[in-house]
Amino acid sequence: MPSEKQILTVSEITRQIKFSLEQSFPRIWIQGEISNFKRHTSGHIYFTLKDEGAQISATLWRSRVANLLFDPQDGMKVIARGAIAVYPPRGTYQIDVEQLQPLGVGELQLAFERLKKKLSDEGLFDEEHKKPIPEYPEHIGIITSETGAALQDIRSVLSRRFPSLEVILAPVRVQGAGAAEEIAAAMSDMNTYGDVDVIIVGRGGGSLEDLWAFNEEIVARAIYDSKIPVISAVGHEIDFSIADFVADLRAPTPSAAAEMVVRDRSELIDIIANICYTMQGNVDDRISSLRDRIQNLIASYSFNRPKDLLRESVQRIDELERSLSRIFSHVFQLTNQRYATIQHSLESLSPKKVLKRGYTIVRKDGRVIASAKVLHEGDRATVQFHDGDVKTKVEE
Amino acid sequence: MSSKKSPKHSFEDSLKRLEAIVESLEQGSVPLDEAVELYEEGILLAKECGEKLKTTELKIKKLTKDINGQFQLTDSDAE
Repeated sequence: MPSEKQILTVSEITRQIKFSLEQSFPRIWIQGEISNFKRHTSGHIYFTLKDEGAQISATLWRSRVANLLFDPQDGMKVIARGAIAVYPPRGTYQIDVEQLQPLGVGELQLAFERLKKKLSDEGLFDEEHKKPIPEYPEHIGIITSETGAALQDIRSVLSRRFPSLEVILAPVRVQGAGAAEEIAAAMSDMNTYGDVDVIIVGRGGGSLEDLWAFNEEIVARAIYDSKIPVISAVGHEIDFSIADFVADLRAPTPSAAAEMVVRDRSELIDIIANICYTMQGNVDDRISSLRDRIQNLIASYSFNRPKDLLRESVQRIDELERSLSRIFSHVFQLTNQRYATIQHSLESLSPKKVLKRGYTIVRKDGRVIASAKVLHEGDRATVQFHDGDVKTKVEE
Repeated sequence: MSSKKSPKHSFEDSLKRLEAIVESLEQGSVPLDEAVELYEEGILLAKECGEKLKTTELKIKKLTKDINGQFQLTDSDAE
């Protein structure tokens, strides 16, 4: 029989066990296979870790579920980091998991493939959902870490190629707990804000775990839901992320994304110079060809025909005038001659000329007397000679 | 969705318009006075585009939400 002093209550021994165990295993790594996986409505996850010879209960509190890089399932081999905890009401011990990782990269790869297949089956990667990237964006949204290499890379490429841009940065954590949620929220914020033409989302290279946020479903769905075209730019060239598949355009690196999103400034200056040159040349050509046409018209036969006609008419008028004046002077001459002849004949017919030849005209009371019978004795008459009149009296 | 803030034409619009102008001019079917108008418009647009290309400093703004959920743009500290 043990001494009275050594008799403990259940609670007391449990407390001692709890103290002893929890102090001995505050931070341990356990490797095992998941079984009895249960996600409680409260959000906490309960499961058992086992191997061939033993098993241990495990809990993953809701606050840490967000840190999971993958979707744990029964049968999956994992490494759990955490502390041993004793649960006095049931007298059980368990591991209070802080971090859960698939065992080896193979498991992460499996998780990746599983999500990829799921989203692919849902059509999230379909070409028909891809939005065209604007050719000349002026407002570029970037979702990445404010302190990361990706932002610096993008910044330097944009500064060199096409600096007349507005870059809107939504700073997020790109790895670790909560990164995926922040990226997804930033994607939605960019869309609500609206005044960006294209979004670049990404980060510099890293391990598969580092890049994991870009393999999360929540990020994939946020990219898919974006009304603004999204370019993914995750890690180095060889790494493909789920974000890459769902994005409208995949850039192998952040620098490449910047190269793709804007054209080179000097190239654009050339294009515009070319346009000006073409416009100028075109208008010059048109003006000079029109000028030629006008000159051809002026020189053309038809255009000059009216002038010719005019000239001909003028000439004709001149000719007519000349012949008219010729005719006129001829007529005038003729008239003059005829006039002289007539005058001559008239003169020869004049009675004065007859009088000169010795004839006389007898008048009685102003009337010419052409017969002797008209005169009687005692009549007074006037006899006209060529050089004067004589008054006479008829005697018989 | 918020509206675009760009006061003038966007670079893309200007460039597309320029290309359209060149195309109409090249076709040669527009009357001369119209062609001259197109040309004048084109030169103005080209000048506008040229001005934009002259900018050498990249502007980076940080998008944040205030406590009321309103978006704010602040200068980025990232240098």
